[in-house]
Amino acid sequence: MSCWDTIADYGLRSLGYGERLLPRSDFTLCQQFTLIGSGLLWNIYFGVVALLSGFVLATALALGKASASPWFRKPAEWTIFVFRGSPLFIQFFFAYFLFLSLKGQVDGLDALTSAWLGAAVVLFLNTAAYSGEIFYGALLSVPKGEVEAADAYGMAGWTRFRRVIWPTMLRLAWPAYTNEAIFLFHATTLVFFSGFPASRQQGDALYYASYFADKTFNPFVPYPILAGYFILLTLVIIALMGLIGRRLNRHLPAAQATARRPRRFALLFR
Amino acid sequence: MFSYCADPDTLEGLRWLSCYLTTGKHLSFYWAFGTVLLLLAVTAPVALLFGFGGAVAARSRVAPLAWFGKGYIALVRGVPDIAFFLFFVIALDQGIEWLRHQAKCPDWDQPIRQGNDFVVCAEAKMPLSTSAQWVHEVYGFWLAVFTFAIVFGAFAANVLFGAMRAVPRAQIETGEAYGMTRAQIFRRILVPQMWVYALPGLSNLWMVLIKASPLLFLLGVEDIVYWARELGSTKTPQFTDYPHGDWRMWYFLFLLVFYLGFTRVSEIALDRLMRRLTHGQATLGGGAGRAGMTEAGPP
Repeated sequence: MSCWDTIADYGLRSLGYGERLLPRSDFTLCQQFTLIGSGLLWNIYFGVVALLSGFVLATALALGKASASPWFRKPAEWTIFVFRGSPLFIQFFFAYFLFLSLKGQVDGLDALTSAWLGAAVVLFLNTAAYSGEIFYGALLSVPKGEVEAADAYGMAGWTRFRRVIWPTMLRLAWPAYTNEAIFLFHATTLVFFSGFPASRQQGDALYYASYFADKTFNPFVPYPILAGYFILLTLVIIALMGLIGRRLNRHLPAAQATARRPRRFALLFR
Repeated sequence: MFSYCADPDTLEGLRWLSCYLTTGKHLSFYWAFGTVLLLLAVTAPVALLFGFGGAVAARSRVAPLAWFGKGYIALVRGVPDIAFFLFFVIALDQGIEWLRHQAKCPDWDQPIRQGNDFVVCAEAKMPLSTSAQWVHEVYGFWLAVFTFAIVFGAFAANVLFGAMRAVPRAQIETGEAYGMTRAQIFRRILVPQMWVYALPGLSNLWMVLIKASPLLFLLGVEDIVYWARELGSTKTPQFTDYPHGDWRMWYFLFLLVFYLGFTRVSEIALDRLMRRLTHGQATLGGGAGRAGMTEAGPP
């Protein structure tokens, strides 16, 4: 069987298309590359969904935490504290068993027990909390002069926020936010190891890598393949976020813009 | 545990709960918290040591050593840590057995990798198949510690590398002016001064280490996650004196609260430490805020 056949059979296996049975013996390199790559689709799905939806909630949380009214501040502070102060692994487990117990009682929540929705919800809340804290820090460092300038132009409320505060906040937060995005994609590998079942063996990249490692009892092939895929993914994220960052900073002189480029070793841990 | 627990069927309410929570398996669950704390207490210094080695290697003037150090730091950043955990546990185990195999059975003529099997001679097994259960558990625990140390060592190396670069250049130059050698400057000026720059990064790392500790479960150690799943699952009257429904949600809620408390306490303690260490230091935290020093702060 040529490698093209393998790719046709297993390229979309993680989504349920193609060959039904996973390879069981005589594993080829091509099979490992194809299946692990196919699983990577789930990592990208979880990462993109959580990042896009989390961005909106993160902005709200940052504004809430900076708000003077305790009605907004307290809920935002508690959300950030709960999701940043506990391990994502435990959050997954807790959420899965919570959804499982809701399943019988409330109609319409059945889908939450499957990974595609349930895990995405947890990742959404988790990344919103982490990015919310980043945005909150950036919000506090928005230069006073810019806000005063907006006041002088007669801007207030929503206009001032959308045109002055929000863009500057994003600009300041962007390097740290890039890190958060990278670690979010890494965190998506936890999904199928934490309660959420992989139905019909449709799992993510790490799920297939550990499948091969278990079957061949040789970790030296599948895990480096997985590592290679993730390094590529990380580079793509850095490039995409860099593009957005450059657009955010496009009005600045070149020297200042490069100074705000994400530092390669600036870290934010999950 | 208590005298009235002899016949669980007759118990009600709080008495039932007090008996239920003190069964032998629950005591193992509580002991597992000790395992987690022990892992953290052992891993933190070992990881710091690895990190120090990595940072020194990355700063080295010998190019291959510097590449190794920088590669070590960059690799962990690019790849999910859980992949490392799953990888190193098998890889370390096989590596140790392979080394022992080479040393103990030199005249073994079969290949070690036979199809999907990894075969070494019986004397090279680690731990020996004849050894007691606790030896297996201790060995598994040390493999886990070592794996954690490798992964978090890379993070620590990154922090220390940044901190070493953050020590003001003038301090190093002063040392040079006194005629100190590179090693002397490193020992007497760089290392003592870098800690305050490293502390924010290291406290962050400690938080991450706490939050990574439930991953012990994936390394095959009977930790709190293992017991929470075990104890929480539905129990029928045939197999236990304390039947109950699916309580896993509540067990994991308890773990969630435990970790929230643990990180909160750590946060407060580290804040205090930071305030004490930066007291009188020429950084923003110390109040003096000399120009040029905050610019190159730790990552």
